[in-house]
Amino acid sequence: MAAVDDLQFEEFGDAATSPAANPGATTIHIEGPSESPTHQPGLPRGSGGEEDDELLGNDDSDKTELLAGQKKSSPFWTFEYYQTFFDVDTYQVFDRIKGSLLPIPGKNFVRLYIRSNPDLYGPFWICATLVFAIAISGNLSNFLIHLGEKTYHYVPEFRKVSIAATIIYAYAWLVPLALWGFLMWRNSKVMNIVSYSFLEIVCVYGYSLFIYIPTAVLWVIPQKAVRWILVMIALGISGSVLAMTFWPAVREDNRRIALATIVTIVLLHTLLSVGCLAYFFDAPEMDHHLPATTAAPNQTAAAAK
Amino acid sequence: MRSQIREFDSSTLNESVQNTIMRDLKAVGKKFMHVLYPRKSNTLLRDWDLWGPLILCVTLALMLQRSSVDSEKDGGPQFAEVFVIVWFGAVTITLNSKLLGGNISFFQSLCVLGYCILPLTVAMLVCRLVLLAEPGPVNFMVRLFVVIVMFAWSIVASTAFLADSQPPNRKALAIYPVFLFYFVISWMILTFTPQ
Repeated sequence: MAAVDDLQFEEFGDAATSPAANPGATTIHIEGPSESPTHQPGLPRGSGGEEDDELLGNDDSDKTELLAGQKKSSPFWTFEYYQTFFDVDTYQVFDRIKGSLLPIPGKNFVRLYIRSNPDLYGPFWICATLVFAIAISGNLSNFLIHLGEKTYHYVPEFRKVSIAATIIYAYAWLVPLALWGFLMWRNSKVMNIVSYSFLEIVCVYGYSLFIYIPTAVLWVIPQKAVRWILVMIALGISGSVLAMTFWPAVREDNRRIALATIVTIVLLHTLLSVGCLAYFFDAPEMDHHLPATTAAPNQTAAAAK
Repeated sequence: MRSQIREFDSSTLNESVQNTIMRDLKAVGKKFMHVLYPRKSNTLLRDWDLWGPLILCVTLALMLQRSSVDSEKDGGPQFAEVFVIVWFGAVTITLNSKLLGGNISFFQSLCVLGYCILPLTVAMLVCRLVLLAEPGPVNFMVRLFVVIVMFAWSIVASTAFLADSQPPNRKALAIYPVFLFYFVISWMILTFTPQ
């Protein structure tokens, strides 16, 4: 009877592959990743096995592709189109913030946390909080530094809020635009495997600015050394998040261009933090509480700086 | 600016002006009471109106305005700045909560956010009175305490009205901008210094 079975065409319909009818056949379960198809030796494994793996392995990506297609289908003048950019839950936002604070080498922020669901909530509100954090703590720090001076009259310096808002929002939107344009241009010359959409780049930049919020609050401390240490720490963390995100996107390119891109990204970030520190926070002078003393102590204090 | 049913319109045409004004004032006053003693109720949402927020915003902006001697550079906020911050802040928060999937209408949310500025306006009045006394750290401590208490009151009041309209797993995302909004207004009130 075995010879007759070998010559017969095997049906792969439901009735034929039920375990009762055909106990020796391969059964394919598409239920979960823990299940694996049982292979019997001697049975045809060629194209059936590969289809197997494809179905099991790429189930998630099939679904996400379908969902991604459904997400962006509203035209851009409807409200639903913009709702897709706010499709995040509280725990997702917290996870993304946590990811920007703890850069792990080898883990890409975009692939790990954003996963083709970029949101605009994080970048917008982190920038808004940062604007007010910088303006308020700059004001507070200036007040504490000049506290004893007779000629100092406290002003809330409200103009600086608009200046801070312009700087921060311009940085968080124009730099990603320029970077995205640059990466698209390089993509047309060198085929990169990893490419980011504009919103993903905005998302990374927005979340990487989160570390500056506690930094700005701590900049109230009127010690130069403390402030510069804080700048170093914040720059280290957010710079490394950005560098590790964008390195895979330029890796296949010309070595010099790749390095120049990463260096530019980090340099612009440095410029932002140092610029904010210099503009919004007055320098803490050491001798501000000795205004009436003679020139000699002033000179020694100035030489010591 | 009131959401009343149409049938009564013809009968309100013949009443005296005093009746009309008193009815609107009573509605505004009733909502003020709801803000001062926040309970989960639908009154603020059902019959929204924007008179109360307008009155409160104008009062706050007038009190925050300094005389124009040296307020050109680096002074406190001008009238227009306070106005813009309050209204654009409220609009942004409303858009944010609608984009996150909340089922509250645009003007209802503006109404709630505007009415919940009432505690902070009261704080501004108290601060101006306290500033008539002699300046010093005690003066500042009193003002700080009053502003903090009123800030907490505003947050509690607006959360009581707004929280239910958000999807449950995004409540914190929708409430945080409200917190930031009232924090900025409290900062403006606290740092107000007269000449």
